Amino acid sequence: MYLGKVVGNVVCTIKDDALVGIPSMLVERVYDGQVVVALDAVGSGPGEMVYVCRGKEASFAFKGREVPTEATIVAIVDDVQRVG
Amino acid sequence: MLLARIAGTVVATRKDPRLEGKKLLICQLINPKGEDEKGYIIAVDTVDAGNRERVLIVQGSSARMASGCKDTPVDAAIVGIVDHVDREP
Repeated sequence: MYLGKVVGNVVCTIKDDALVGIPSMLVERVYDGQVVVALDAVGSGPGEMVYVCRGKEASFAFKGREVPTEATIVAIVDDVQRVG
Repeated sequence: MLLARIAGTVVATRKDPRLEGKKLLICQLINPKGEDEKGYIIAVDTVDAGNRERVLIVQGSSARMASGCKDTPVDAAIVGIVDHVDREP
């Protein structure tokens, strides 16, 4: 899992049936600055810092549905405290 | 998940029986601006994407959750055709 900043969204009209109704966002990773696409399970918006889950576990955010995703926004970060 | 542009097709006569009837496409990776990035991926098409179209690709074991890919030997699937990408300034 990693921290990222939502910087936009991706619009797809034709998509897998399991993805209908789920927004896809552009997320800039904090640790390397690369921009990736992630599905949104928590209703985040541009400018917010979020927590992204990777891998097959990313689909667990949509419990009960088989959603083809390997990157899902699972939390909106309020505050990060780094010690040391 | 990755953004890519369809750059061609792959034809394989002898293949795993579970891949029969599936379209394999060469996908050039792109950035949100639509510019080419380094590298490409061969992905199974589940949304009838056409040449030069921008698409959304899911990688890894999650690709098997794309429609029609259950229990198939697939690690990259095209799951959406991108209409537009909005990036905040």
